[in-house]
Amino acid sequence: MELFVAIFTGTIVAATPLILAALGELVVEKAGVLNLGIEGMMLIGAAFAFWAVFSGLPMPVAILIGALAGAAASLLFGVLALSFLTNQYAAGLALAIFGSGVSAFIGRGFGSTPIEALRRVHIPVLSDVPVLGPLFFRYDPLVYLALLMFVLITLFLYRTKGGLILRTIGESPETSHAIGYPVVRIRYLAVLFGGLMAGLAGAYLSVAYTPLWVENMTAGKGWISLALVVFATWRPLRVLIGAWLFGGMTILQLQGQALGLAVPSELLSALPYLATIVVLVIISQNRQMLALHFPASLAKPFRPPS
Amino acid sequence: MTPRLELHNISKRYPGVVANDDISLSIMPGEIHAVLGENGAGKSTLMKIIYGAAQADSGEIYCDGKLIEDHNPAVSRALGIEMVYQHFALFESVSVVENIALSVSGFDLAGLARRITELSLRYGMPIDPHRSVHDLSVGERQRVEIVRCLLQAPKLLILDEPTSVLTPQAVLKLFETLRQLASEGCSILYISHKLEEVQQLCDSATVLRNGRVTGTAGPKETTALELARMMVGAKLPEMHVDPSVRSAQPVLQVRGLSAPAADQYGTDLQEISFDVHGGEIVGLAGVSGNGQAELVSLLSGERLHHKAEAIRIDGQPVGRLDPAWRRRLGMAFVPEERLGRGAVPPQSLWENTVLTTHRRGLVRKGLVDRAKAMASASGIIDRFKVKANGPQSSAQSLSGGNLQKYIVGREIALEPKLLLVSQPTWGVDVGAAAFIRQTLVDLSRAGAAVLIVSEELDELFEICDRLLVICRGRVSGPLVRRETDREEVGLLMTRAGNGAANGQDETKLQG
Amino acid sequence: MGRMKLSFRVEQRPEPSALMRIAAPVIATVLTLVVGSVLFAVLGYNPLTTLAAFFVAPLDSVNGLSEWLLKASPLVLIACGLAVGFRANVWNIGAEGQFTMGAIAACGVGLFYPNPDSLLLLPLMFLAGAGAGMAWAAIPAFLRARMNTNEILVTLMLTYVATLFLSWLVHGPWRDPQGFNYPQTALLPPTAMFEPFDYSYRLNPSIFITVIAVLGMWIFTDRSFLGYKMSVSGAAPLAARYAGFRQSAAVWTGLLAGGAAAGIAGMAELAGPLGQLSPQVSPGYGFAAIIVAFIGRLNAFGIVLGGLLMSLLFLGGEAVQMNLGLPAALTRIFQGILLFFLLAADFFIFYRLRRLPEHG
Repeated sequence: MELFVAIFTGTIVAATPLILAALGELVVEKAGVLNLGIEGMMLIGAAFAFWAVFSGLPMPVAILIGALAGAAASLLFGVLALSFLTNQYAAGLALAIFGSGVSAFIGRGFGSTPIEALRRVHIPVLSDVPVLGPLFFRYDPLVYLALLMFVLITLFLYRTKGGLILRTIGESPETSHAIGYPVVRIRYLAVLFGGLMAGLAGAYLSVAYTPLWVENMTAGKGWISLALVVFATWRPLRVLIGAWLFGGMTILQLQGQALGLAVPSELLSALPYLATIVVLVIISQNRQMLALHFPASLAKPFRPPS
Repeated sequence: MTPRLELHNISKRYPGVVANDDISLSIMPGEIHAVLGENGAGKSTLMKIIYGAAQADSGEIYCDGKLIEDHNPAVSRALGIEMVYQHFALFESVSVVENIALSVSGFDLAGLARRITELSLRYGMPIDPHRSVHDLSVGERQRVEIVRCLLQAPKLLILDEPTSVLTPQAVLKLFETLRQLASEGCSILYISHKLEEVQQLCDSATVLRNGRVTGTAGPKETTALELARMMVGAKLPEMHVDPSVRSAQPVLQVRGLSAPAADQYGTDLQEISFDVHGGEIVGLAGVSGNGQAELVSLLSGERLHHKAEAIRIDGQPVGRLDPAWRRRLGMAFVPEERLGRGAVPPQSLWENTVLTTHRRGLVRKGLVDRAKAMASASGIIDRFKVKANGPQSSAQSLSGGNLQKYIVGREIALEPKLLLVSQPTWGVDVGAAAFIRQTLVDLSRAGAAVLIVSEELDELFEICDRLLVICRGRVSGPLVRRETDREEVGLLMTRAGNGAANGQDETKLQG
Repeated sequence: MGRMKLSFRVEQRPEPSALMRIAAPVIATVLTLVVGSVLFAVLGYNPLTTLAAFFVAPLDSVNGLSEWLLKASPLVLIACGLAVGFRANVWNIGAEGQFTMGAIAACGVGLFYPNPDSLLLLPLMFLAGAGAGMAWAAIPAFLRARMNTNEILVTLMLTYVATLFLSWLVHGPWRDPQGFNYPQTALLPPTAMFEPFDYSYRLNPSIFITVIAVLGMWIFTDRSFLGYKMSVSGAAPLAARYAGFRQSAAVWTGLLAGGAAAGIAGMAELAGPLGQLSPQVSPGYGFAAIIVAFIGRLNAFGIVLGGLLMSLLFLGGEAVQMNLGLPAALTRIFQGILLFFLLAADFFIFYRLRRLPEHG
């Protein structure tokens, strides 16, 4: 039972940064923009949030700073991809490289000093219920925020006019422009939102998940988030499920190492990456399903005709 | 009475062309006003300027006597100006009501759906607001566009070439709706290059040529010849269509070709059979979206077919051969999309010549022979009178008509046994169109088999020896051009073959 | 009255500007230097002396020049391979992993070939490196061509896997028993190493491999029909299908070229400066080469210049770290900024600003 609780809660926590970053990217891609730079934005968010806590700022402020730093980083991509019509693959890669540099630069002074991690909530009564308490009511606030964001983003995309506008821009920016929507401005907002979420995901890693600065601490989570969006065939609920699957994989792998399984730890560490590949291959087989929710204008530059 | 809309001295230039040059016109409330001109005369640019989707370099627009400043589509809609685009501004992935919700304020989908149903019935063009747009036929999409505009209770409705996607019968139905609207006081700006329609429908006409106004007329009092002269200017070259001498064996033979749609928005092809012989031009008529794209990509080899014998070139089964193989057997192909399919936009014309001409000595030992490619491109430019700055100019720098001449020229220079051509003169100005048609006729008279897929019935009737009609993925039996007429073809365009399913087809004759 | 208002409009050029094609990278480099100076000033260093320490001092000696070329060589080699794919819109961003696999395979041959004195050793290692890089790239190629799977994510994930594989080898089966428990393999025998031109410096004949690769790449992309077909696939996939050029051929060629180049670069690094495997075989060459490919605008000679510039950034970063105590991460920041400016500057090859008539 205890092992189950440990695996379950570990999964939920490990999935949180993936949920945040992948939901952010989902919104960006729904608007027809492909930002490959999640890894960089996460690192920048992680570094800034850690720096804020390190400098004695209160935790909520630090998390906000991380999120805003991610958004600021996404703006670099936005300017290139949306205003300068740069190849979005190249612009995203540039952001990924830049972000890893900036975060390492900021993080050079942190050494290996741990900080006090983001505290978990304690809801009177609920948190103390045996089994259910630890399973559902003893996480840190960002875990709940990630789930709230899932609900809000789903409602926004499929129940509001704003969501409809965003999705249709993703299908055809030319048509959106023709009927009078400011395509570029809306895409900027989507990119900024994606940056905010990636920054938040990064902040979660450095102040809650492992409250200790390690260079390149995202270790590919940004790229996995990107894969999650494909895995989810651009649907929010599947992002959530996918993130839990990958979170579970990470935790099982850690548990496996802790139990001293007779396999090299490197093989266990490689599992999430290999699993990503396997899942991508499986998802890619169903072209019909991929096409159904695929933003048709993804990664194609758009400039309003003059 | 104050005019509903007045244009004063509108000018607009794009790099290299003057699209509109000092254009003025005026429309009264309830008037149906035509803007008449050939492809490339500047009609579409003018409409975009009126609607605010493009900005004029100079000139003024007045609506109900008031100057419009800081123009954009939102301003237009606030003023009651609505536009139905030639290429619809609809999103495939969402429903009719969601599409329409994007251009009205608020977000009450249920209420909007009721209004759509009610309005569409009142003007005699029923649509189901909850259907997904990708399931709709072209005619139904046009209804959605029109209903979208009508919901705004427009004072001025702009229609850009609305009939190019309709069958002759559906055109009559549309005209009834438009007359009903005009009688209720709505002004209509009707853009077209079809004289007949303008004479039937419009109260007045402004004629454009090369971006300038060349005349204004009451089309009902003016003869078609006078209008044509204003539109075209110089005398048109005459077409020479000699009688055809058909080869004994068909060059292209299609037998029992069936194929599911390539994607969710496509049309399934069902049991298509026909022949094209050497020495003849066969035209494939049909409203767009009835399977032409699917058929063409199967014939060209861009999509393969599991049954090799379904398509034969010179008797050889080619269903499973890719385009390169079919070209080796003497096929050449001019696709509908010029930029990005028929030509690589950023590459020069000589590089684009290598695209399909590489087998004719342009590649030696795996290396491209630039000098030969240049010479070959120059040859095409000269022979087909392509306006370009030599073989170095990029494909995307050419105008649509010139690029089309270049691509047609490139494919004809291959001396094909079989030429597939899709929309040969779409968006091409009148002189170039006549030239292209004559070239196709000459090619066929020299012995080649030519298959033309076109939505322009006039064009097909002008140059084809036999006609096929495609509707909902089925192809009718061949019609000899001299023995048929528009009426018969129009009917077939709504139900392929006699007794074929015609179920809920919206394009069928109403009443 | 009549406040002067300058307004500009961005418009597409009728033809791409040949002048801007050359000027854009120069402008971008200058802007990077300007931003760099500001950055140094903010950090409290004299911008001029720091820039000098960054970009001039490293080249001030024969050893400096040798190091410059030594580092530029793998960057250029990998970038040439990657650019073949990038031109066809095949996005291999896992060169780092292919580099690692190349080094591992070469090391395996070097350590375990039964006859360590054989003259064949180095050529065999070369083949092993190239083969391993290609094999590692063949996975995403197969998955993209046959299974429709996005190659960006697969190449990247395989990079993590390659790094973990290397880590397992050097911590486990291949660890040098005489290595004081350090995670590294034994040193390669001398016959398995490139002999430097001069033992005072590290530059070795493997640079000729890069020279040949550059020439090969130039012929391939600018003159060969296969290269032409690939550029059509990249610029207009529908036109490629129209002409009957196979997409899967472009995918295979692109990925295998990148994999081979990266694998060879890994082998040359191992048989050159490294001499043995440790958990860190690449200082990020695989990723930096992506930037080099873009800086060089996917053109062979552009890539040479880009590689030299990027190599200088690496050297300069090390130099200011050692001499002035500036953080090592500056190198990556510089790389990022340079790439940002280059990508943005390319916009003006295709577009221009035009002044609009003044309004009162």
